[in-house]
Amino acid sequence: MSDTRDTILSRLRTNRPHAVPAPDVYRKPLNWDREQCITSFTERMQAVRGEVHRVGRNAWIDWINTEIPCRDMTRALIGHGAIAENFAAGASAAFELTRYDRKIEEWKDVLFHEIDFAITGSLAGLAESGSLVLWPDTSEPRLMSLAPPLHIALLEADRLYENFAQMIEQEDWADGMPTNALLISGPSKTADIEQTLAYGIHGPKALITLILE
Amino acid sequence: MNQTREFHHRIDDALHNDQLRSNFRSAMTGVMERRAQQFPDDDQLQALREQAQAVRANSLVKQPELLERLEQKLTENGIQVHWAEGSEQANAIIHGILEAAGAKTVVKGKSMVSEETELNQYLEQRGIQIIESDLGEYIIQLAKEPPSHIVMPAVHKNRFEVAELFREFHPDIPYTEDVDELTQTARQVLRTRFANADAGVSGVNFAVAETGTLCLVENEGNGRLSTTAPRLHIAITGIEKVVEKLSDVPPLLEILTKSATGQPITTYFNMISRPRQPNELDGPEAVHLVLLDNGRSRIRVDEELLDTLRCIRCGACINHCPVYVQLGGHAYGTVYPGPIGIALEPQRLGLDQAGTLTSACTMCGACAEVCPVKIPLPKLINRLRAESVNEQRTTTPLSGRGSLRKPSEATIWKLWSRLNSHPRLYRMFTFAATRLRWLTPGKLGAWTRYRSAPRPARQSLHDLARKEGFSNE
Repeated sequence: MSDTRDTILSRLRTNRPHAVPAPDVYRKPLNWDREQCITSFTERMQAVRGEVHRVGRNAWIDWINTEIPCRDMTRALIGHGAIAENFAAGASAAFELTRYDRKIEEWKDVLFHEIDFAITGSLAGLAESGSLVLWPDTSEPRLMSLAPPLHIALLEADRLYENFAQMIEQEDWADGMPTNALLISGPSKTADIEQTLAYGIHGPKALITLILE
Repeated sequence: MNQTREFHHRIDDALHNDQLRSNFRSAMTGVMERRAQQFPDDDQLQALREQAQAVRANSLVKQPELLERLEQKLTENGIQVHWAEGSEQANAIIHGILEAAGAKTVVKGKSMVSEETELNQYLEQRGIQIIESDLGEYIIQLAKEPPSHIVMPAVHKNRFEVAELFREFHPDIPYTEDVDELTQTARQVLRTRFANADAGVSGVNFAVAETGTLCLVENEGNGRLSTTAPRLHIAITGIEKVVEKLSDVPPLLEILTKSATGQPITTYFNMISRPRQPNELDGPEAVHLVLLDNGRSRIRVDEELLDTLRCIRCGACINHCPVYVQLGGHAYGTVYPGPIGIALEPQRLGLDQAGTLTSACTMCGACAEVCPVKIPLPKLINRLRAESVNEQRTTTPLSGRGSLRKPSEATIWKLWSRLNSHPRLYRMFTFAATRLRWLTPGKLGAWTRYRSAPRPARQSLHDLARKEGFSNE
């Protein structure tokens, strides 16, 4: 196997093209204030059928308690940490709470077939593209934002960057990446049949962003 | 000439299939409009193209060092790296990993490199069940057809054909021709597969050397599911997909999604740097990356042809090609169709195998105009055309050079060249051609089947110009 590696690398070294100047770091400053960022984020999300609501910092649980039962969704998935604890304390009795507290192999069928919605936080939002940035971890594992039919994500209003380039530069992503980093821009979709857009193919059918102010 | 005859048969079939042509026409028109809407400002578009080109060109120059760095970083991160010269070796590596893990069922995210190696057939022959999970790929897997487009694999099928396929393979689900309902059928069927698969296979859009990160671009979530739900994830990619820095990614991502499907961004951008860590609750416990050469390092020998490797597989050249829109992807008979296929496949497979594809180009230049990394596709295609009839040997390791050379054609072009480079001969020729114009044959094979034969004018342009008082100098 290492023979193959060495052969390929040595061929690449022998066939070396002329040097080219290294590319500049891509920057696209938009100089947007917070309100412009929120407006753009909201418009972009809504354009791909993502729901965005601005709620008070302490009002998100009430919002979920009021809005979600009308959608015939009761079984909620939460992780660990502040968001999960707060929701567990304030959730309406209409919800049946499940915690993501076991390895996925132990409860895959339940996660894939029985959970209605999951609540997670987010690391940031990207205004220009309307994207949520998630670094899933032990307290909010990767499948929370993927397997249930509805994903509710909380986004702090002061955690909006203009775009991806700005975020990875200002937060020094190159110094250390997590196991998995995600940009999520709307619910899952496809246009593979006749170029007709259809939502909810494999991932969430709906995505709600609650911007906390 | 066998490849040419077969190609002409496929062209004939495609041109006589009205349904196919209307499917492609409407799909390509839509995707071209959507792309154009993403680039309202031409200056910004050109600046972004320059940036994307610079990123890709830089990564190709530094490729051996970047691949070593990528391997080192991935290994530090706990991702195992494998190297493969060709398809057989890549497939054997993947099969070996699956076998060692006792994996019998695999879900696969869309990957053109795995089409290149024909991974599905290889694994199926060895008793492993592999399911395509991208909706388009799933449809054509049921139909036992190859993709007809690198981004929209089932673009040649309309919803009635998809409905028929679903009826055949899922008779227990009520028949529907509604796109939303068909999509829900696929969700229902594939969900169980994701939950139960032993392993996931995916491609890679960009591999970042600096951080050891594999980036995947998708809309459906099937890529994320394939790389998150099973215990084992195997990614396969061409060695050219490596980029140097994480900061190289944003411009490539932006221009890729805008160029490919006219979206400002796809639903998911998935960046994988590690397998599941000891305290984490999901994600694969083992992640492998197979780096495939398959002729790519050979393409680097030639400074001009090297440009082919900048490609980020957006498919914009295909969407804008006036030949592709008439023929569809299957007529090309290769994994990659359209302009990028015409440039890449003869280099990958040899001019003696695929050189005839270079004739499926009008040199209109639309592909080069939209290419996000500024690959001069018509120039490359023209070069390959010349190489396929060239008898001279050069150091460029293009296999099958001169294989399409025809003695009669070569003689005609030699005469043509002599005529046009000898003024006296040229004058004699135009004198004779204008006087003896009535001798021009009326039937010129295929050309005159639908057109009238060309006939020289009574007076040559030179004669007319002289009469008007223009001097030849």
